Amino acid sequence: MSNLRSLTFDAIIIGGGGAGLRAALELAKSGKKTAVLSKVFPTRSHTVSAQGGITCAIASADPNDDWRWHMYDTVKGGDYIADQDAAEYMCSEGPKAVFELEHMGLPFSRFDNGRIYQRPFGGQSKNFGEGGQAARTCAAADRTGHALLHTLYQNNLKNNTTFLNEWYAVDLVKNANGDVVGCIAMDIETGEVVHVKSKATVLATGGSGRIYASTTNALINTGDGIGMALRAGFPMQDMEMWQFHPTGIYGAGTLVTEGCRGEGGYLVNKDGERFMERYAPNAKDLAGRDVVARSMVMEILEGRGCGEKGDHVYLKLDHLGEDVLGKRLPGIVELSKTFAHVDPAKEPIPVVPTCHYMMGGVPTNVHGQAIMQDAKGNDKIINGLFACGEAACVSVHGANRLGGNSLLDLVVFGRAAGMFIESALNEGIEYLDASESDVESAMQRMNRWNASESGETVPELKRELQDIMQTSFGVFREEDNMQKGVKQLAELRERIDNAYLPDKSNTFNTARVEALELDNLMEVAEATAIAALERKESRGAHSRYDYPDRDDVNWLKHSMYFPAEKRLGQRDVNFAPKTVDMFEPKVRTY
Amino acid sequence: MSKLQVSLYRYNPETDSAPYMEEFQVDTQGRDLMVLDVLHLVKEQDNGLAYRRSCREGVCGSDGMNMNGKNGLACITPLSEVVKKGKLTLRPLPGLPVIRDLVVDMGLFYKQYERIQPYLQNDQPAPAIERLQSPEERDKLDGLYECILCACCSTACPSFWWNPDKFVGPAGLLQAYRFLADSRDEATRERLAELEDPFSVFRCRGIMNCVAVCPKGLNPTRAIGKIREMLLANAT
Amino acid sequence: MVTNVTNFGRSGLSDWLVQRVSAIILALYTLFIVGYLLFHPGLDYATWSGLFAHTWMRIFSLLAFVSLAAHAWVGLWTVTTDYLKPTGIRIATQTVIILAIFVFLVWGIQVLWGA
Repeated sequence: MSNLRSLTFDAIIIGGGGAGLRAALELAKSGKKTAVLSKVFPTRSHTVSAQGGITCAIASADPNDDWRWHMYDTVKGGDYIADQDAAEYMCSEGPKAVFELEHMGLPFSRFDNGRIYQRPFGGQSKNFGEGGQAARTCAAADRTGHALLHTLYQNNLKNNTTFLNEWYAVDLVKNANGDVVGCIAMDIETGEVVHVKSKATVLATGGSGRIYASTTNALINTGDGIGMALRAGFPMQDMEMWQFHPTGIYGAGTLVTEGCRGEGGYLVNKDGERFMERYAPNAKDLAGRDVVARSMVMEILEGRGCGEKGDHVYLKLDHLGEDVLGKRLPGIVELSKTFAHVDPAKEPIPVVPTCHYMMGGVPTNVHGQAIMQDAKGNDKIINGLFACGEAACVSVHGANRLGGNSLLDLVVFGRAAGMFIESALNEGIEYLDASESDVESAMQRMNRWNASESGETVPELKRELQDIMQTSFGVFREEDNMQKGVKQLAELRERIDNAYLPDKSNTFNTARVEALELDNLMEVAEATAIAALERKESRGAHSRYDYPDRDDVNWLKHSMYFPAEKRLGQRDVNFAPKTVDMFEPKVRTY
Repeated sequence: MSKLQVSLYRYNPETDSAPYMEEFQVDTQGRDLMVLDVLHLVKEQDNGLAYRRSCREGVCGSDGMNMNGKNGLACITPLSEVVKKGKLTLRPLPGLPVIRDLVVDMGLFYKQYERIQPYLQNDQPAPAIERLQSPEERDKLDGLYECILCACCSTACPSFWWNPDKFVGPAGLLQAYRFLADSRDEATRERLAELEDPFSVFRCRGIMNCVAVCPKGLNPTRAIGKIREMLLANAT
Repeated sequence: MVTNVTNFGRSGLSDWLVQRVSAIILALYTLFIVGYLLFHPGLDYATWSGLFAHTWMRIFSLLAFVSLAAHAWVGLWTVTTDYLKPTGIRIATQTVIILAIFVFLVWGIQVLWGA
């Protein structure tokens, strides 16, 4: 065997955010030898930044609320390419998962009757869109993600989960049969590289918003899991679907929760007009995020943007009063003062649509098992590989995620993956060990960076990548521009493959981590670009000037990006929920 | 010219026998950047500079450091707030072992956090829905649960410097009180018993350094006072 | 719980309470003495020793001495555990402190109740 030290676990979970910690908790309780491997201390994961809440039909704000209404909203919000069996699973299992969080200690805000506080969010309805706006997002003030992540970490401590904190997963290790049997990982503090062997490898690595120049995402959101899976040759699903959040703070990119509009805030253009009334007469500011983001861009393009350059709009909150702001949106008040130099109790916040969420990712079933396609295009389970959370594409979000559904996705499918792996381990899993050459091939790019002697450096290449994505694959897309972007990315890939890592020290070498992250950004960017170019329609978050309409004849499908050939294929959307009738695709209006 | 002079604490155990301060000139182009932005600019000059960062908006607690003598989060501290006489001096959080440059070993800090059993304890069978809690009971957790574990407070506390192995420190104690104050938690007696010794809580001398530096505006000193009140009520 | 053998109560709570109560007693005693001195500008030995001839004054003074001893011990024990990290030096210092406090206390009693 190679000279690498090896660690052996029943299951290794890569990523210590909400999904990873929820999966780990399930496995730790079962007594399986599990470890969470996270490149940051778990409570520094991006889940901590989630603000508004976790959407779930717990029937608190409305005792008659029904998970089927939530499922309808989710499928409609996803512009009908959400898998209906997955949406059904998430919305029906959701209440159980949310109550578990509460029992674990999550400090939800409360109604007077002592039940969990729920607020209205975008795209929510009662009675399958017929009963008006619903209030279905369970909240802990505007710090729900923080409260959720800390609660999960705390309960993992309670259950003695093993943590490999500040370890970085470099690449997946596959055996001769193509099963995933572990990964190569680096202890960031010491620089030691270790072969982690595992019967189940869970990618809970989150999103990759850092492929864009302007994003609400944390600096750590570099798509590491997606990059690893693509390099291992596995396909990605719906990678063209990137959500642009309507309200990122202008200039800084920091998120301002949709909960602001849920609590009664609204957007205005330079004339002070509440323009969403024109674009979405019923839901207004609480239409789907893709709809609101596009409307904002339209306002700006038509010359009604605010500020000197007319390149943003305002989010008005002052009419809510200091009490509501202080009680329900204290974090937003803080962020606005820090990053926009604005007190929302007095002035509106300058906002602009900002890259926020990756709807695509590793295709999985509801158990978190990763899926590829065989030669005939049929689904095939990838042995040993699992994914959950933003890194996965189950797909519950389809072409556009509803606000508050990401936290639910994390806990429901983190939990589901944990439960499935536990039972699979109980039944017994045996895969062929990885050979020395299998490990060697997973070490390739690490060795490449370590041997680099000259070339361009990481920060400039990263900036270029982000600019290409921002320019060619933003809110509105168009063939020529994307062609250009794809070509630029191909050139950039060559330069990144020859880039240089000047600092080769071992102790807490963040430059090496950033270099390894750049490879992953490149993988994600290219998958996104090619998928966006090939999906010739407009659906959900994917809007094309040249194909402005939804094309259900050709594209009521998931896209599947195959990295080896850089080819875009398709995969059927599931229209067969188990306990309810399927929702027929309809024209999507708010 | 808008050059900012940045003085940085440097230490790489592989090459340096002792830590030293290194000077950098950073072009801020006249903007009131956050300290974290300045670090990014320095890192472009010297790729080897090590510091932690993640959310860059003050909620993940990665980039706690000592800026011109005061602990805080680099990502939400604008230059206008800290720079004195055109100079910015950055050091790692005081009192914890330095791994490299601005990165400290937070092991002791986390150990004290774990010691207070930072999780809800309630052995009653859980109801089919959530446990009920009135808004008034929930209000008691405000100012407590928001802690981001950045360690700015504990590393500004002399009592924690002297006894990091025995004194829980302001961050841990704030969380200890977060669970003592939670109407759903049933382990009050056990929690208090663990805190009664002369070190865990009682090394707090109430100098309120923790309150002065907390980037989230929390008040560990008040929480510690409440724990003392509970201990007193429990024991007399 | 952090365990320790060199503080007497082995409880931070009792130490803390002792510190507060003894501080109040010392404050009252100080106020009384300062007030007494202010109201007796031409104080002579006879008046001063007359004051200490009263039993209540002797009890009050003894209480203050005991409070001082306790207060000093808790405070100095804390200081030694803060700053003296080598165990040998710390125990030696603590021994010296406790002996000194004991000596001063006995001496004080002798002054008060002796001939």
